[in-house]
This record gives sequence, C-alpha cells and structure tokens, in this order.
Amino acid sequence: MHRFANPAQFNRLADAILPWAKMAFVLLLGAGLYYAFFDSPPDYQQGESVRVMYIHVPAAWMAMFTYMVMAIASFTALVWRHPLALLAGRAAAPIGAVFTALALITGMLWGKPMWGTYWVWDGRLTSVLVLLFLYLGYMALWQAIDEEEKAGRAASILALVGVVNIPIIKFSVDWWSTLHQPASVMRLDGPTIDGSMLMPLLLMAGAYQAYFVVVFLWRMKLEINRRKLAVARQAAMHASVGAE
Amino acid sequence: MAEFLNMGGYASFVWTAYGLSAAALIWLAMSSRKQLTETDDAVDAARARRRGEG
Repeated sequence: MHRFANPAQFNRLADAILPWAKMAFVLLLGAGLYYAFFDSPPDYQQGESVRVMYIHVPAAWMAMFTYMVMAIASFTALVWRHPLALLAGRAAAPIGAVFTALALITGMLWGKPMWGTYWVWDGRLTSVLVLLFLYLGYMALWQAIDEEEKAGRAASILALVGVVNIPIIKFSVDWWSTLHQPASVMRLDGPTIDGSMLMPLLLMAGAYQAYFVVVFLWRMKLEINRRKLAVARQAAMHASVGAE
Repeated sequence: MAEFLNMGGYASFVWTAYGLSAAALIWLAMSSRKQLTETDDAVDAARARRRGEG
C-alpha cells in the first residue's frame, strides 16, 4: 500500500485508470438509461414513477459506499499515517455529499406521488439526512482549522465516529416502522426485484461507480497539487526569511 | 413521444429527478476538473520559478 504513498507513482496509476473509467462510465450510463426508459416495464403499482428508482437507489448506495471509502481512508491516516490517506478522505467527501443530497432529493420526488408526502421523519430518511450532515461536518472541519494536520485529524475522527450511522441506514427499514420499502436487492436470500428492473438498476449503479472513480481520481490529483503548492509556499516563505 | 414525456402523469417528478441528478453530477465533475487544471498550472508555474531561482 505504501508503494502508492509516492504522489508521482499515484498520479501515474491514476492517469492509467482514468481513460478506462471514463469509457466505462459512458458505456454503462448509455446502456443504463436505455434499459431504464425503453426496456423496463412500469411497475404494476407505481406506474412510470418507478423510473426514479434507477437514479435514486444507485445514489443511495454510492452515498454509503463513499462514506466507507472516507472512513477507511481516515482510519488509515490516523493509524498508519499514510500520506495519501488523508487526501483520499478529503477527495471523497464532496462526492459523497452530492450522492447523499441526490439520494434525498430523488427520494422526495419519488415519495411525493407514492406516499403523498415529500418527507417523513422516519428512521431511513432521518439517518440519510444525518449522513449528509456528517459529510458537511467533515468538510467544514477541514475548512475551519488552519493547521492541516490538526484539521485532518479532527475530520478523520468525525468520519470514524459517523460510521455507526451506516448500519443504522441499512437496517432502519427492518428495525422501525417506516413508509420506505425494505431492501429488495441486497438481501441474504437474493434480490426480490424482477430481472427486467434489476438490469437497468445494476447498469446505473455501475455508471455511478465509474463516475465516482473518475471524479475521485481527479480530486485526489487536485489534493496532491494543493499539498505541493502549500509546501512550495512554505519553502518560499522560509527562503525569504533566511534572506532577510 | 408525448406519451413517453408524460411518464404516465408523473413527468414532473421523473424529469425533475433526472434533471437535478444530471445537473449536480455535471457540476461536480466540471468544478473538480477545473480546479485540477488550475492547480496543475500553478504547480507548473511554481516549478518554473524554482528552476529560474536555481
């Protein structure tokens, strides 16, 4: 793992992965949208509104996946002080925040015609809202503390504490009574959703995953550049103090 | 076509969800790419300055 602690080596690896991830995104998105709109039936109860599922569910999955990426990066940064791990957490946070906001907004737009309301304070919706606040809090901590190392440590601790929210999101529909439907794909006894709907759902989930890889690698490279510029600024400051 | 766009009467919910998702994902990708290009240029400029000083 420490092989990729070298930013130059990481950038080379990222540059090799990026074209493939971009291609995968375009292909998966194209196929996903085709199946979502033209090759999957309307739901027998929800009608055409079920097509919101093909963007809502992948956004919700990515919101949780990205949080786990951020939490693992934070753990790695705190325990092993891996130089790129802090940057990985910081790079992932805005992507996770966007996916979480999209899961909430598309869920509201699906909920209104199906439940008759945009919002209910039940376990699932509230725990996903808490996830959004955790992302925003993590990003705010990075901004609020001037010293990068301290900011990174505080944000990483918050990310680790927030991990407890992930199983709450997942199992909230089983633990508490809710308007939200229970899991129909990620179940121990296999998916209960029909294959004609599972196909576009998985294709769109793949497209979102490929999108994550592309934007995450861009943001990692961006964070590496920011770190380089901070070091260069510090070196220039020391040089000017030394010259005086 | 009109039937497709109407989405069985749920057009405003379905198309708003897709439109907002597209807008948010495009905005995040474009702003990330733009910031990366700007910092790439700044790193190159810093490197050139250092070479000039050396």
